[in-house]
Amino acid sequence: MRLLTARLAARRRSRLAGPIVLLLGLLLTGGAYALLSPAQAESTGSDTDDVAKGRELFLVGCSSCHGKNGEGVVDKNGDNYGPSLVGVGAAAVDFQVGTGRMPMANPSQQAPVKRVAYNDEEISQLAAFVASLGPGPAIPDAEKYDPESIPEDERQEAIVRGGEFFRTNCTACHNFAASGGALPDGKYAPSLLGVEPRHVYEAMLTGPQQMPVFSDDVLEPEQKRDIIAYLQSIEEQPKYGGTTLGSYGPVAEGMVAWIGGIGVLVGFAVWIASHTARSSRKGTKA
Amino acid sequence: MSTHAKTAAKPAKPSRVGAVANWVDERAGIATAAKKQVRKVFPDHWSFMLGEIALWSFVVLLLTGVFLSLWFKPGMGEVIYDGSYEQLRGLHMSEAYASTLEISFDVRGGLLMRQMHHWAAMLFIAAMFVHLMRVFLTGAFRKPRELNWMIGGVLLLLGILEGFAGYSLPDDLLSGTGLRIADGLVKATPIVGTYMSFFMFGGEFPGDVIVPRLYIVHVLLIPGLLLALIGAHMMLLVYQKHTQWPGPGKTEENVVGYPMLPIYAAKAGGYFFIVFGVTALLGGLVSINPVWRYGPYNPAEVTAGSQPDWYMGVAEGLLRIFPGWETEIFGVTISWNVMLPGQIFPMLILGGTLLYPFIEQWITGDKREHHLLQRPRNAPNRTAFLAAMMSLYGLLWAAGGNDILAILFNLNLNHITYFMRVAVFVIPPIVFWLTRRWCISLQRHDHEKLLHGYETGVIMRSPEGAYSERHLPISEAEAYYITAQEPEKVYELPAETDMNGVANRKARAMKLRARMSKYWFGDNVPRPTREELEAARLHAEHELAQHDPDGHQHLPAGGYTGSHELDGHPVDGHQFDGRHSVEGEELRKH
Repeated sequence: MRLLTARLAARRRSRLAGPIVLLLGLLLTGGAYALLSPAQAESTGSDTDDVAKGRELFLVGCSSCHGKNGEGVVDKNGDNYGPSLVGVGAAAVDFQVGTGRMPMANPSQQAPVKRVAYNDEEISQLAAFVASLGPGPAIPDAEKYDPESIPEDERQEAIVRGGEFFRTNCTACHNFAASGGALPDGKYAPSLLGVEPRHVYEAMLTGPQQMPVFSDDVLEPEQKRDIIAYLQSIEEQPKYGGTTLGSYGPVAEGMVAWIGGIGVLVGFAVWIASHTARSSRKGTKA
Repeated sequence: MSTHAKTAAKPAKPSRVGAVANWVDERAGIATAAKKQVRKVFPDHWSFMLGEIALWSFVVLLLTGVFLSLWFKPGMGEVIYDGSYEQLRGLHMSEAYASTLEISFDVRGGLLMRQMHHWAAMLFIAAMFVHLMRVFLTGAFRKPRELNWMIGGVLLLLGILEGFAGYSLPDDLLSGTGLRIADGLVKATPIVGTYMSFFMFGGEFPGDVIVPRLYIVHVLLIPGLLLALIGAHMMLLVYQKHTQWPGPGKTEENVVGYPMLPIYAAKAGGYFFIVFGVTALLGGLVSINPVWRYGPYNPAEVTAGSQPDWYMGVAEGLLRIFPGWETEIFGVTISWNVMLPGQIFPMLILGGTLLYPFIEQWITGDKREHHLLQRPRNAPNRTAFLAAMMSLYGLLWAAGGNDILAILFNLNLNHITYFMRVAVFVIPPIVFWLTRRWCISLQRHDHEKLLHGYETGVIMRSPEGAYSERHLPISEAEAYYITAQEPEKVYELPAETDMNGVANRKARAMKLRARMSKYWFGDNVPRPTREELEAARLHAEHELAQHDPDGHQHLPAGGYTGSHELDGHPVDGHQFDGRHSVEGEELRKH
């Protein structure tokens, strides 16, 4: 040990000493930050600092439709221009802004998924501000929505249960394979494939756009998690029957039957009929 | 095997196959019966093979259907699924659905057979449709084939019903939803609807008898009828002989083509393997009706994208765009919104289809036998009618998939519905008019070709600087093909009173008939007369012989007999430049 310190001390004037010390220092601070920051983020949910920053972001990006205090904007005809956000909770913000639906690029029937406009920190600040307007559902913890948190030996049953809940509550709009469906007046239920479990959970919790709210009294948190587990399982399952044609049901199948089936067969009929038989056979003299 | 032997044939020692054939023949006498049939002549044209697609896909249906019936359990008793599909294991479901899952996941080759069966069903009905369109467009349904046309129409209806029964068997969410719609259609019958529905389902929907009942319909009743009617359809085909396209040597009294054995059997047999192969490829590569994704049927559940198979798409579309009309009389609700699109219109379409040959016969007054086909352009109203019907079909079909169109193309579901409500009345008449005019212009074009030759594409400049396009006579075979039509006669209105001054009681119907007949034939371009053709021939001769600036002459004057070597061939222009003789000139071969 003494030998080590002695050797280090001997090299303290080396040309590399400065950069190495700097590097070590950076690693130490970086590591400490990485270790401590998540705890910090959780604790700042109601931090007044975050609320203030969130308010600043809100005033720039959201208030033109939702009002300066999130009270909503009513247009001349008394229609809702942007709904009130009092009581929608942090979960709604995390879903709407986290999937890029908000801020909307232009008024339309429904906010489509876009590139996400804010980074994670800004989203959490916005969420903190909106949550401060009135009590509402908070951003859920990972163990509530993550199918990984279901014990291995219970997972299969959970998936089957989730499938039943899915078919009872979700397929009517989102389609049997979660590939999305149309709703009246240009509205639609989007595809659920490739959506993060947290966002699926938050959507059920807050009922964004046309979707009804599935509160924890209607679908318990574990049941929501089962649905997410089912969604994940059908997304990961092999394509047993071959290409799925987008999983839109029999309409796509009919198109394939006509184009890929009858079209090809008529082509073959033309081919067969155009090859006429030779009139002279081997051994027959013309 | 020579049939032209000059000396008497000596019986050779029969081969083993021959010996077996002989053994059978001596006991069952098949040779006499088969002799005529193996030499039956089939004309060669691709459009005559469309019905074969239907026939061969029916064979595929029988083969795969037998396989499926070995494992399918047509029961609605509740069982707990414990097969290999994890997402449903442990769930309560009907035997029918559980056995469908078993076929899909636990029977070797089962999923392939299921998918082939379903694809073959889609192709079966689609092929019947294209076959029907061919027969319709070429006038092959005319006397003496009206009966076979009607058999074909019934086959199509049975095929659709058979398909629907099959769609309903697996008892998954989709088939249950389909049955619910069928239940609604039945219930829309005034007064007796509810009774009929209870009778059908053995109580309130869904009950527990519909799957076994549909199973018997699907595997016994309708297939039996289909087989019998296909037999009748083909026996009539053999008895009446095949129709053929007009051409040199092809008349109303003969059939020109190849004999059944060996050529046609090879073609048709080969085609079976192609149909089988395409079905197998589809079944192996493209997922159809993934029942495991729909889940077991539960009347409380429904899924977006619930659609019937394509052949019911029109009925679905009618139902979707129909306004929600209902009348209540004495406490009984009459659901026009379901009864009209679900019961009345399909009946009208079916009736119209079956009776079409007779309707056309009444208008044209044509009671002659026809074995030569008509080109679609030569019957403009018929062709235009089919085109209009196809556009209507396409619109309703699209209306049946309105939610899929909305989600895929970011459209407004309601706008599609409103558009379709208007379009089904507006677009078919436009299509009719356009097609009719198109056919008539094609007739005019034919007329031009007959009298002035075809356009060679060679532009000539005269010494004065004027440009003109050279025309050359078409080949004799083509001229024959174009002119081979029956003369047609517009129905003349008979006198309103007979010679005794008694009013004709049928005058009104006759007026309608005369008007329709006039519309039917009135705008057709009449066939050129013999004199006109003769004049055209002389003109062509003159035209070809004219270019003779330095002694080169294409034809000796007056020597044109209507078969110039350029007739019907593309030319490259040198033939007209006056410096080249046509003798020894290489003509373009394409």
